[in-house]
Amino acid sequence: MARKRESSPQNPHDVGRVMREIPERPRGTPLKDQDIREGKVSLIAWKPHLEYRWDSGVAISRFLLGLKEGKILGVRCHSCGRTVTPPRAFCEWCFRPVDEWVELKDTGTVNTFSICYVTWDMKPLEIPQIPAVIEIDGTHPRVGFLHLLGGIGEKDVEAIRRRVRVGMRVQAVWKSPAERVGAITDILYFQPLE
Amino acid sequence: MRRIRRKVAVVGAGLTLFMRRALETGKELSYYAASQALESAGLRLRDIEAVVVSSGPDAFDGVHMKGEWLSDGAGGYCKPIMRSYVGGGSGVFSIIHGWYMVASGMFDTVLVVAEEKMSSCQPHPQGAFLTIFDHTLERPLGPNLLWIFALEQSRYMHTYGISNEEIALVSVKNKRNALNHPCAQVAAELTVQDVLSSEVVAWPVHRLMVSPVSDGAAAIVLASEHVAKRITDKPVWVEGVGWCLDTSYWGNRDLAYPRYVEYAARMAYEMAGIREPRKEIHVVEPYDPFAYKELHHLEGLLLAERGKAAEDLVNGRFDRDGELPSCPSGGLMGVGNPIAAAGLMKVCEIFWQLRGEAGKRQVPGNPKKGLAQAWGDLMQIGTVVVLGR
Repeated sequence: MARKRESSPQNPHDVGRVMREIPERPRGTPLKDQDIREGKVSLIAWKPHLEYRWDSGVAISRFLLGLKEGKILGVRCHSCGRTVTPPRAFCEWCFRPVDEWVELKDTGTVNTFSICYVTWDMKPLEIPQIPAVIEIDGTHPRVGFLHLLGGIGEKDVEAIRRRVRVGMRVQAVWKSPAERVGAITDILYFQPLE
Repeated sequence: MRRIRRKVAVVGAGLTLFMRRALETGKELSYYAASQALESAGLRLRDIEAVVVSSGPDAFDGVHMKGEWLSDGAGGYCKPIMRSYVGGGSGVFSIIHGWYMVASGMFDTVLVVAEEKMSSCQPHPQGAFLTIFDHTLERPLGPNLLWIFALEQSRYMHTYGISNEEIALVSVKNKRNALNHPCAQVAAELTVQDVLSSEVVAWPVHRLMVSPVSDGAAAIVLASEHVAKRITDKPVWVEGVGWCLDTSYWGNRDLAYPRYVEYAARMAYEMAGIREPRKEIHVVEPYDPFAYKELHHLEGLLLAERGKAAEDLVNGRFDRDGELPSCPSGGLMGVGNPIAAAGLMKVCEIFWQLRGEAGKRQVPGNPKKGLAQAWGDLMQIGTVVVLGR
């Protein structure tokens, strides 16, 4: 235990020292891929093998069937008067079943967008992804969901921002009917209408 | 909302160094923070009646039921223990959890410990966040965590006409404040140009507008009024708490304004008897995992006018010696972001500021009331605590 106290920079019995010392920066212990490959660190790697078969539920199942037919569906609640998508079985505001299914247009407006140059593990992307929230026409108040923008044909921020802006009108680009499987990816992306 | 009669005080605080890849385990980090907090309160573990342990996604550690696993390090051995977890909002939620254990009259002393060790997760802890997205409608699009922040920042900037230079100034301020924080991981003296020259990871977000991957732990000790008065001359009272969760249909929300943060703040202000927060809050630690979030949250907390926080920032209102010092610790952008521990670090900072113990980080003017706030889940929760002396 005594040795542990000496070796740790975070000795709790030396609170004063921990709070006084301004560290050299950046602090931490770097770990490179090479360190792992060369066995410089002992490493217990564990890959979880977990598989899930998710039920898509009452409302989303119907939404997915709509996508397969090339339609974007929404639901309406007569109590609060909202028409929203993605559909839901019950209105979370009024806490009662939704009243009506409606077919929305496959056009909408860009609520917000980003131009993403990295993957989740921080690897660079040559062609950026342009995620966006699309407000789907026919919803009230205007709401929507996450999807991608495409058909822009540019790579760098300034060029893309010349083509894409918040408030821009867009339309879904669908997979061919034969390719559609009833998934959100049946819409390939939304492209500018202007 | 009922008035709660039993008062609860913070009587001690502890914090480990924040860093990328600490060699200590989560349990060890928890032990360091918890034992510091006990020592600063002049208490031993046997004086503690119950424990709250707070930590983010189990996926970071690859250990299911992490709260139970950490419990030994958090001082939970054979005690009533509870895990507090609402994603990024966890750190401030943990003091709320501890507060009601004492306020209810059930316990007189509660130890609250928040720990996070993100660096174990390979190749990058962002992987642990991929499962927050809807499995049917969002994950097939290949999202990553940066998307939701970038989309929110983009909407916020568009709605109020805020520039990226103004957002970058948050990084500059917080990283500079952190130069005076002994536990800081990414303190630096930078210019707005440095921030904007760092690579674009997901426009409008640049690399230096994002908090780092961190390991670390923080802890506080809570006590009832009669115990607090016996053990310290400088109790810091928990005067108000609030929390609120918005819908998980985040594409259906107004991304420019965090309404749920406002609701949480109003709940805390009402309890604390605060009518004019801009005059009555003297120091604030809003949650800043991304630079724009500090401004976004200051507006939600009603501490800046909607869409005007950036202007206040440029005018120096949020500097350490400004009218309302914001993130005097250096925040997540400067000290680091071990998720749950980062939120409780903010509570520790307000505790030290109100006691006049913040050293070089001390804000002038003898602050009497301070506020700490955290945020998380799928961009939907606000957790708020108002402390006072």
